[in-house]
Amino acid sequence: MTNIFNYVDRKSPVHAMTGASKLVCLLLWSFGAMSSFDPRFLFALFVLALVLFKISKIRVADIRFMLWFTFVFCILNNLLIFLFSPMHGTEVYGACHEIFHIAGRYTVTQEQLLYHLNVFLKYAATIPIVLLFVTTTDPSEFASSLNRIGVNYKIAYSVALALRYIPDIQREYHDITLSLQARGVEMSKKASLGARLKTASGTLVPLILSSMDRIEVISNAMELRSFGKNKKRTWYRYRKFTAWDFGAMLLGLAVLVLSIVLTAFVNHSRYYNPFV
Amino acid sequence: MEPIISFKNFGFKYTVQKEPTLFDINLDIYPGQKVLIAGPSGCGKSTLVSCLNGLAPFSYDGEYTGSLTVGGKEARESDIFTRSKVIGTVLQDSDAQFVGLTVAEDIAFALENDEVPVEDMKRRVDTAAALVDVQGHLAHAPHELSGGQKQRVSLAGVLVDDVDVLLFDEPLANLDPAAGEAAIELIDRIAKEQNKTVIIIEHRLEDVLHCAIDRVVLMDEGRILADTTPEELLCSDLLQKTGIREPLYITALKYAGVTVQPSMHPAHIETLSLSEAEKEKVRAWYEASQEEEAAPPAETLLEVKDLTFRYGNGFEALKDINLRLRKGEMTAIAGRNGAGKSTLCKLICGFEQQQEGRILLKGSDTKTMSIKERAEHVGYVMQNPNQMISKVFIKDEVGLGLVLRGRSQEEVDAAVDEALATCSLSPFVDWPVSALSYGQKKRVTIASILSLRPEVILLDEPTAGQDFRRYTEIMEFLEALNRSGVTVVLITHDMHLMLEYCDRALVFSEGRLLADDSPAAVLSDPALIEKASLKKTSLYALAGLCGIADARAFTDRFIRCDRKERRGQ
Amino acid sequence: MKNTPVKSIVAIAIGAALFFVCGRFVAIPSPVPNTNISIQYGVLALFGAAFGPLVALLAGFIGHALIDFSYGWGIWWSWVIASAVAGLIMGLSKNRVKLATEKFDGKRIVTFNIYQIVANLLAWVVVAPVLDIAMYAEPANKVFVQGLWAAGGNIVTTAIVGTILCVAYSASKPKKDSLEKK
Repeated sequence: MTNIFNYVDRKSPVHAMTGASKLVCLLLWSFGAMSSFDPRFLFALFVLALVLFKISKIRVADIRFMLWFTFVFCILNNLLIFLFSPMHGTEVYGACHEIFHIAGRYTVTQEQLLYHLNVFLKYAATIPIVLLFVTTTDPSEFASSLNRIGVNYKIAYSVALALRYIPDIQREYHDITLSLQARGVEMSKKASLGARLKTASGTLVPLILSSMDRIEVISNAMELRSFGKNKKRTWYRYRKFTAWDFGAMLLGLAVLVLSIVLTAFVNHSRYYNPFV
Repeated sequence: MEPIISFKNFGFKYTVQKEPTLFDINLDIYPGQKVLIAGPSGCGKSTLVSCLNGLAPFSYDGEYTGSLTVGGKEARESDIFTRSKVIGTVLQDSDAQFVGLTVAEDIAFALENDEVPVEDMKRRVDTAAALVDVQGHLAHAPHELSGGQKQRVSLAGVLVDDVDVLLFDEPLANLDPAAGEAAIELIDRIAKEQNKTVIIIEHRLEDVLHCAIDRVVLMDEGRILADTTPEELLCSDLLQKTGIREPLYITALKYAGVTVQPSMHPAHIETLSLSEAEKEKVRAWYEASQEEEAAPPAETLLEVKDLTFRYGNGFEALKDINLRLRKGEMTAIAGRNGAGKSTLCKLICGFEQQQEGRILLKGSDTKTMSIKERAEHVGYVMQNPNQMISKVFIKDEVGLGLVLRGRSQEEVDAAVDEALATCSLSPFVDWPVSALSYGQKKRVTIASILSLRPEVILLDEPTAGQDFRRYTEIMEFLEALNRSGVTVVLITHDMHLMLEYCDRALVFSEGRLLADDSPAAVLSDPALIEKASLKKTSLYALAGLCGIADARAFTDRFIRCDRKERRGQ
Repeated sequence: MKNTPVKSIVAIAIGAALFFVCGRFVAIPSPVPNTNISIQYGVLALFGAAFGPLVALLAGFIGHALIDFSYGWGIWWSWVIASAVAGLIMGLSKNRVKLATEKFDGKRIVTFNIYQIVANLLAWVVVAPVLDIAMYAEPANKVFVQGLWAAGGNIVTTAIVGTILCVAYSASKPKKDSLEKK
């Protein structure tokens, strides 16, 4: 598996933007979407995200796998909310318009449905933008982008190093599993949880010990090439911001500001409340 | 001329150790020289490298005595960063040295850390990449490169800094023979073109001497034993004393009774000159030998029929493979990385499933056998023992396979004792694995496979990265194991190993079985050597030099003589 | 080997990579979403005990964020931060457990586990649910039950996986006690 983060190499204006500006946009956008429970606003974000997707030339087929995961995740989360708190909407909106009664404490209310709609729309408004970032940003640009938005360069580089060594560690884990299977180690579904965990640990031991050795050799190699010498560093993959980059960052800012304005001046709370 | 590196009465002691690791080092290296530092494991050569590049004491705590100057400056007063601008180090483990996500980023790494502006950096990266011929791979990730290419990237990564000294720590350890030869030629070319001082740490003397070396520094037990020219060294008995392998043609000359002298220019087979009398001696030795009678073929243990395998991405890793492994054989599987050697082993062990063809174990198809069932007949030993050991104690590790198969305690104990005895590990039965040396750990992994009593064991590169002493230790153990009745198959690209220990060589290239013959025959077939990235042995050239037409028979004669000598000792 | 700053950076990276591989490919599913019974917290506890709070905090944070990114379901900051907090507290055990220099047995195993239990409780029963309520306005009883479930699962996995890994890692470091051949 070489491309765990699903970067899709195509030519589009979104690909041409620097990772840093996309990261800024993603963060502002996701904070904006996170803080508001106004379905009109969230739906608008969803539509806007679809437009951006169109521009980026990413196809549904490229991200089918991730969409599926997210969809299942979203359904389960909504189901759980309802199971645990069928009247959460009523608490939030301070009203109760019953639609029908299921059984016991489970009643479907308009307030609850609106709350669930909000939760769904939150996924719909943020997931496309996350997927857009992941599919259009070369992992190589990740670390320098973090550094550019203010993360200490050493910590930013540790992200790059993690990305560099994930495939190696994954391959090593796979090889170790096979050789242990030959010895008779099996991850049987029938075994108890405790037994399964012990088996898993047995497989991890060689992986962890060889990774510990790796830490030493890699840090030697990095010190020999002056890592950590200066307070700053430059990045091979650094690019100058273009108009598109400023546009993306402004867009993110606009989303956040709009979200705050809605909360502070229009809805006077995080929720858009049509019930009272 | 001022030396660029100068050790004066130099010693080094690690804080965690009682005794110093280096004593009385006096060594001057002058600009433009090409120096080989050789010695057995534990002789102190790695510590010497660490002192040169500053890892000791910057990363490894310890104390200097005496003085070391680098570029005229006392080393004590400069840190690892200043040092790295004079001495560029290419480490043995090119996977660990490759810290960038792509080739270009890795070459740029040192420049990034020095805050070189991006425009300038791109230009310098392109220049360095062109120097080592990787400019076509700038956007590639490390796993898309071969071992040789990764090493070139490492070299480019230190060349961007315009260092004066290039320090290579075991550059041949992870390369196949052809890639190793290319690496030595590249080092030679860069040294000449860029006017660099070169220090190579290596114990594969013959391979390094492929290109000219000015000096060889021989180390043992923390001291410098000799500091001389390759010619002088080859004529002395120091190599045998320290357990460094001498070039094959030198050994052959010694067997033939020829005294090797500096006047013969023995450092390279190409420059070697022999008098008519000496050539006659070699011919006489060759002719005195007789062909050995071939033993009748033993029963077939494992048979591979019309095997074809494609990976999920459509890459055809093996195509139409047919072969038999017979009881009691010691077979080498050779070929460059990606030739299909490991894939064949994975198919035999059941780690992957072939699309076409069959694998028969003692006549019965393995198609329906699980990985675990096959392991009772064919044991697989991974290259790095640290990747196989999952238990803290030796006893538990060796008995693991039997315990998991639900055998009784007595049965497990008996099998563990037997396997440990076979691997000469009985004294350590109650030890934790971590207390053992690398070679002993390797034997533990072999014991843990032997405890299941398989008929065949497959070993992936059993001697990779080992010096001659440990190599001999591991190989003699495998040879003894083989004589006790276990069929042994080795994946290797070490041609000496093939020649010295194996009866048979299976040569793979691009997913096809190119040859199935004796190692001597394989290594005297120039077309085959070229195709499979192997290397001609120097015996081939020596036979030519002495006017012996049948290089293969000459090689055979040498191997038999060599084995007899070894067993006689 | 000295603990240079660069070594800590590499430890963060390798810790995050191991966290990622364990969390992404070795997961044992549980009935409650968001809370795979995964063994990565055992690895995190080992890194905490071996390298201290800062390394484990960042390894947990980066590893968890990368997992979320690779699934594409965005970043659940509340749970990413909880992983970081778990790493931080597990890392406080470093000077008491002394993996590199002392034998890891009896009392030290207990100490290690007390730290990991506190770390998991704080991360999953306090930090994650409180942030879920504050950031995503989720119902309190739902997130606390999720948190309790996660804490329970992670405490059990860390107790088994983390302890086994620490025993093996500690044994791989040569100790002063001498060994005798039989």
